[in-house]
Amino acid sequence: MAGIPHDHYKPKTGMQKWFHERLPIASLIYDTMTFPTPKNLNWMWIWGIILTFCLGLQIITGIILVMHYTPHVDLAFDSVEHIMRDVNGGWAFRYLHANGASLFFIAVYAHIFRGLYYGSYKAPREITWILGMLIYLMMMATGFLGYVLPWGQMSFWGATVITGLFGAIPGVGSILQEWLLGGPAVDNATLNRFFSLHYLLPFIIVGLVALHIWAFHTTGNNNPTGVEVRRKSKAEAKKDTVPFYPYYVMKDLFALVMILIVFMAIVGFMPNYLGHPDNYIPANALSTPAHIVPEWYYLPFYAILRAITFDVLFLDAKFLGVLAMFGSIAVMALAPWTDTSPVRSGRYRPTFKIAFWILGFDFMLLMWCGAQPAEGLVPLVSLIGAVYWFAYFLVILPILGWTEKTLPIPETIEADFDAHYPPKSNATK
Amino acid sequence: MKKILLSAVLAFGMATAAIAEVGETYIEDFDFSFEGPFGKFDQYQLQRGLQVYTEVCSACHGLRHVAFRTLGDEGGPHLDAETVKAYAASNFDIYDAEYDEDRPAIPSDKFPRSGLESAPDLSLMAKARAGFHGPNGLGINQIVKGMGGPEYIASVLTGYTGKEKEQAGVTFYENTAFPGGWIAMSPPLSDELVEFADGHSNDSRHLAQDVAAFLMWTAEPKMMARQRVGLISVGMLMLLGVLLYLSNKKLWRDIKRKT
Repeated sequence: MAGIPHDHYKPKTGMQKWFHERLPIASLIYDTMTFPTPKNLNWMWIWGIILTFCLGLQIITGIILVMHYTPHVDLAFDSVEHIMRDVNGGWAFRYLHANGASLFFIAVYAHIFRGLYYGSYKAPREITWILGMLIYLMMMATGFLGYVLPWGQMSFWGATVITGLFGAIPGVGSILQEWLLGGPAVDNATLNRFFSLHYLLPFIIVGLVALHIWAFHTTGNNNPTGVEVRRKSKAEAKKDTVPFYPYYVMKDLFALVMILIVFMAIVGFMPNYLGHPDNYIPANALSTPAHIVPEWYYLPFYAILRAITFDVLFLDAKFLGVLAMFGSIAVMALAPWTDTSPVRSGRYRPTFKIAFWILGFDFMLLMWCGAQPAEGLVPLVSLIGAVYWFAYFLVILPILGWTEKTLPIPETIEADFDAHYPPKSNATK
Repeated sequence: MKKILLSAVLAFGMATAAIAEVGETYIEDFDFSFEGPFGKFDQYQLQRGLQVYTEVCSACHGLRHVAFRTLGDEGGPHLDAETVKAYAASNFDIYDAEYDEDRPAIPSDKFPRSGLESAPDLSLMAKARAGFHGPNGLGINQIVKGMGGPEYIASVLTGYTGKEKEQAGVTFYENTAFPGGWIAMSPPLSDELVEFADGHSNDSRHLAQDVAAFLMWTAEPKMMARQRVGLISVGMLMLLGVLLYLSNKKLWRDIKRKT
């Protein structure tokens, strides 16, 4: 690994040397696990491990569920009930998988907003950020595809609405939609391809996660000060960092267990709270639910989609809504270039802090709007929310970089750490 | 800035008012034995509910996901094997595709589908209705009051006002719990409609709660096992959490100069 100087793996025995010369996998694992990590990371740096855990949990429970699930319009709903009633522990695997998706998204939103606050997206971590956005997009796709599989009412109508978005693209829309669905409407062909892709995408996510980790192990982790680890010499770097193992492994395990307590309480006591009751009604193409809502984790972007209720020139509202929805994620991916501030961490940017917390509130407001019927003032509130979302990334971030008076930043990570944990006079390093 | 804030607050308030108007149905918060993390199904209530279902609901409504054998499961009505066998055989005839004829049901069969096309299957009804939404579409009532599905079922069964209307040849009955206020199902329960062997009270309110509890079990037959797993895993994780907390603290002690 380039970047921060640290101790590398050294094969000791003859056996280790023999193996190392042929396949240096021990070196890869050693260097990854002992990677020098800033010693001042706070509790918002736990989400990466939580996310890795979620990915593993979803893959393992998913593979087991596939053993008992039948991807056919006449059998899918009943096969899920078969899992819930007749498969040993089937209910546990299904509830872990369904709620695991929610945990996955809670963690990814915390992880993304952590990155936004501490400026983790800024140079030299642009590639890490872009890879993260790709992982997030893949997660959205995987979650959506998976929600269709139980073939309940919300599965069916959610699939109809979301694939309908592609139909809104002028010119090629209807052809594209038919190609995605494998027919003129959501049907068996749709269910089969969604099943296939729902199984495929998680493994693409695994690959992207490996690249994501590789990227930030090349640049080094960001940290709450946004100040880089000193890397002129090994001794200097050591003052700013601790090895990932055991220090952060232990800390992250503790955090993971704390989060699992809440997670297992939800799985054990209210596993359907985050789901929609209509999905316990088998899909019926002849009966539209009163109110089609996506899963909670799509709601902010669904609200942005519905916020556009007016045509502009020859572009109709629906297509503009689709553009706004995908655009809202695209502008987030552009943050490394639209943020012009030389100071990385939000900790030292008083005005930025206000704009950031408004963005956080905006996200929650949009989430609430997405769950409401598009009546009354909901579309207007959604529009205001959507405008702020775009303004934050395209206007506020660039302008703040030039106008904001930032606070002084610490010289080094060590200085920041020492301010929190003052060195004892007798214990000098 | 102030103006924008004011209009945002106003918009929020009006939007919530609009939502409050939609949810005009009344769902009574019945107390069920299975609510909360320590809740349990009352085996005898489930048996009474089964009897109400058999004598009343099953005339029109099916339970197609439920196998007769599961009536003997622990954490359910927990009938003994002989009773299950006799119950299936004496109450239901099942079409046997192998012999192309109807025969008395055996424990490995499932309950029949709905006999009446317009009557929904009841297997999952207790999970297919939210019951409690609010406040303001946040769903917090579900946590505070209990899940809501069984409450919805009991509320529909007790929510008839006595008013009727006819529309396109169909009679509708006014119901305070049913969305839209008018339901096509005639009031199914009345006082003393079902006689329990143990003489348990059988006014229509009790019957409604018993059958709602039974339908909660048909929707979530593994609920007791699930809650046990929840309790055990939360307990074990808390223990592990304490150990990890102490280990982590000790590990970082030197780095944080706390010795």
